[in-house]
Amino acid sequence: MTGQAQLLPGTLDLLILKAVSLGPLHGYGVLLRIGQISDQALLIEQGALYPALFRLVRQGLLTASWGTSENNRRAKFYELTTAGRKRFREETQGWNRLAAAMTCALAAQPEEI
Amino acid sequence: MSPFTSLRSLVSTLFRRSQVDAEMEEELRSHIQHRADDLERSAGMDRAEAERRARIEFGGYERYKQEGHEALGGQFFETLWQDVRFALRMLRKNSGFTAVAVLTLAFGIGANAVVFSVLNALILRPLNVPQSQTLFMIERGQNSSPMQSYPDYVDLSDRNRSFDGMAAYDMAPAGLDAGGKPSPVWLYETSGNYFDILNIQPYLGRFFHRSDEHGPNGSPYIVLSYGYWQSRFQGDHGVVGRMVQLNQHPFTILGVAPPEFRGTELFFAPDFWVPIMNTEQVQGWNSLNARYSTGISLVGHLKPGVTPAQATGDLASVAAYLDKSYPKEDGKISFSLSRPGLVGNMLGQPVRAFVSVLMLLTGLILLAACANLGSLFAARAADRAREIALRLALGSSRKRILRQLLTEAVLVSLIGGVAGLLGGIGLLHWLSAWQPVPNMPVNVPVNPDASVYAVALLLALASGLLFGIVPVRQVFRADPWQVVKSGSLSAIGRRYTARDLLLVIQIVVCAVLVTSSLVAVRGLVRSLHSNFGFLPQSAMLVETDLDMGGYSGDRVATMQRRMLDTVETVPGATAVGLTDRLPLGLGWNSTSIFADNTTDLSMPNAVTQAIVYNISPGYFNAAGTAMLAGRSSTWHDDDHSPRVAVVNREFARKAFGSEKDAVGRYYKKMDGTRIQVVGLVEDGKYKTLTEDPQPAVFLPILQSPTSATFLVIRSNRDPHELAVDIDGKLRALDAGLPFTIKTWDTELNSALFASRVATISLGVLGGLGAMLAITGIFGMASYSVSKRLRELGIRIALGAQRREVLGAALGRAWRLLAFGSAMGLLLGVAASRVLSFIVYQATPRDPLVLGGVVLAMLLLGLLASWIPAQRALAADPLMLLREE
Repeated sequence: MTGQAQLLPGTLDLLILKAVSLGPLHGYGVLLRIGQISDQALLIEQGALYPALFRLVRQGLLTASWGTSENNRRAKFYELTTAGRKRFREETQGWNRLAAAMTCALAAQPEEI
Repeated sequence: MSPFTSLRSLVSTLFRRSQVDAEMEEELRSHIQHRADDLERSAGMDRAEAERRARIEFGGYERYKQEGHEALGGQFFETLWQDVRFALRMLRKNSGFTAVAVLTLAFGIGANAVVFSVLNALILRPLNVPQSQTLFMIERGQNSSPMQSYPDYVDLSDRNRSFDGMAAYDMAPAGLDAGGKPSPVWLYETSGNYFDILNIQPYLGRFFHRSDEHGPNGSPYIVLSYGYWQSRFQGDHGVVGRMVQLNQHPFTILGVAPPEFRGTELFFAPDFWVPIMNTEQVQGWNSLNARYSTGISLVGHLKPGVTPAQATGDLASVAAYLDKSYPKEDGKISFSLSRPGLVGNMLGQPVRAFVSVLMLLTGLILLAACANLGSLFAARAADRAREIALRLALGSSRKRILRQLLTEAVLVSLIGGVAGLLGGIGLLHWLSAWQPVPNMPVNVPVNPDASVYAVALLLALASGLLFGIVPVRQVFRADPWQVVKSGSLSAIGRRYTARDLLLVIQIVVCAVLVTSSLVAVRGLVRSLHSNFGFLPQSAMLVETDLDMGGYSGDRVATMQRRMLDTVETVPGATAVGLTDRLPLGLGWNSTSIFADNTTDLSMPNAVTQAIVYNISPGYFNAAGTAMLAGRSSTWHDDDHSPRVAVVNREFARKAFGSEKDAVGRYYKKMDGTRIQVVGLVEDGKYKTLTEDPQPAVFLPILQSPTSATFLVIRSNRDPHELAVDIDGKLRALDAGLPFTIKTWDTELNSALFASRVATISLGVLGGLGAMLAITGIFGMASYSVSKRLRELGIRIALGAQRREVLGAALGRAWRLLAFGSAMGLLLGVAASRVLSFIVYQATPRDPLVLGGVVLAMLLLGLLASWIPAQRALAADPLMLLREE
């Protein structure tokens, strides 16, 4: 399992928002999309996705509706709401700041101090 | 998210539970199908294999479903309801276990509710008057007596600067004639400002005020209590303004007090209130000008911003003034403050001490019950190991399982709590209605209020959580794999576990309770067989107040003589006598005694204070008091002959230094009168059973006449027949005379009231504690035997002796029992010191008590481990091995 990383707590929500921001998806689709955009580097237990999805729906960031999947099966599709889009932008900026700061901090060399 | 949306989501999830559930189910299934589709395509699995793989990859299906529900919100009540239903199912399945648990808690919580209610009514809840937190009673002297004199009251009231006025009151019996037969009543005599000081508003009509006081006997007014108005006048609104006869004097009913106001003493609710100005008409004499006559209580509100300490300082300056102005009566006087309601500190201190100890003990009972149930629940969790392991393996979270176990525990404790509270309420209503003292409005108003219910509920919840938490560690450490394999969830290899600790706590508590109840019972038995200085057995009492019958002046003494002569003719009467007060009755008179050679007759110079009884000739014979030397008083010791007295041994020791030559010597009263001692009688108990020997002096009734008396008739006849005869004779003498006949034993109940209550309550607690100890030891012993049955079987097969088997099976239980009992005994001995305030001669350093405790604990241990021991001895190795 080299090259795979455990998710940091709290990052699953952001990943789901990102995945859904690229177009409406059903649960399994969200999983595949995250795998795809992260180059299969992030490890998510499949079932753990659903409590997170329900939480986002309850917070009003996603809406869900039943539809038919590409496999011709009934599935529930998730979409970003306006609030969800706003939250996604904010969280992305927050993450970028954090990541930049962490990168910078970890790259520090003894002679720079 | 706004509260509104969360509420809406809660409500909608509650109502659409099945729909939400079905949708979630479909969504998760859809996920697994999609995954299976992929696996089928990419890995070339067949459909069944693909679906199996997909399910494994998905993870804990039930757990995620559960978490999904939680994420959707509104899950709390849903889960709770689910848990409650499951718990009820489990409890119904183990009805024996449930019954034991519920009963244990019902007793534990019921006992706590009752004792808390008493604590609440007597100590926590102040008198039911406005701004009761600033209301104080003013006590007198170093040993804080709540009794003051009226002149001192006037000075205190005028000269203090800390109180918003002071009110005075005392209690007295009287005869009320409101048309028909005069009936005996109890009333408060109060200062005119009583209701204004307490800030009470009338329920009907009006109250009397300071402005209604017009000198002695100038305010013939009555304010009825609500209860008496209901019972005597059937709540008749026309009663206001009505004229009634109080001790044959006309009084006007002014109004009715509100139902919640029952006077300023918790134990003593009067029938009505009259101004103290009319005390002569009520009591037959007037002590309003007598500074030495202390018999009234004072209460008052502190002014805003004045602390009790400042007020005490202020009263000290009044005391200094009184000391200087009236050195004879008020020499070295001092004042202190106390909480009103329990006759100041006189009743307050012992009641507070006893109720607090009782509360502590009942708290311990509940703790023991929790320890008991904690180990029961832990044992049950161990026995349910397979069920729990299976649920863990199926993906249920530990949190969820714990929540379920806790729900079960809290449910049990709530059912037990409700059952206990219902029983407690019944007991409290009975207690509130109970009249321990015949013919007096003495009772203990301990009806439960909201705080009692709240405390009971809180205790139920807390104890449920307390014993529910015991098996938590077990569940957290449980490894489903191991459990399913070996079938046990118990910790292995630890020498002493938390369960052992719980058992020890329980045994300690039980031993404390058994010790205190034995100390109390022993004390009561002793007090019943101690020498009272009189023989209440085979003695009848007739309580009369000639004042109520309209007699006054010389006619009183004549009538008393005629009554004595009359009852003497009753068949079977061997001795008759008369006294103004009964020893061990409620209330007493005391007087200062001065040496014969003293010229400075001021309070501090007195050699002693003696309790005074005014008696007729023949009283000592009738009462069964032994005459040690000299003579009793005779009918010749009247107003025209020299003053004489009979004294007890303690009086002789205090006043003359020795008993030997007491007869013939003289002492002086405060007014300077010389009195010769003509007789010496044995010591007795006068105020309380627990008192030290008290000086007492018996004066001839003709030299100090009083109208309220008890006739004492000694006879070996059946009390009922005797009473009928006495009643007939006295009615023939005067048909209008109010009197009551009873045996002295009945009358004495009031004196033994406190120690009886103490003994009964401690006995009940001891019984509860013993019961809990039995179930606790039994539970622990049978559990350990059942766990080690196989090992025991093998030991027996290898030839172990009965003693060794028992040692192996129950040695631990017995060691814990011995340790716990020893600890409990020590603590119990320490706690019993408090008991000596209330229970006569309550001493734990009594070989009978110590032996009794050891024996009781031994018996409890034997009883509780009998069945497990039988089971251990009957362990059959063949059967056990075959079972595996």
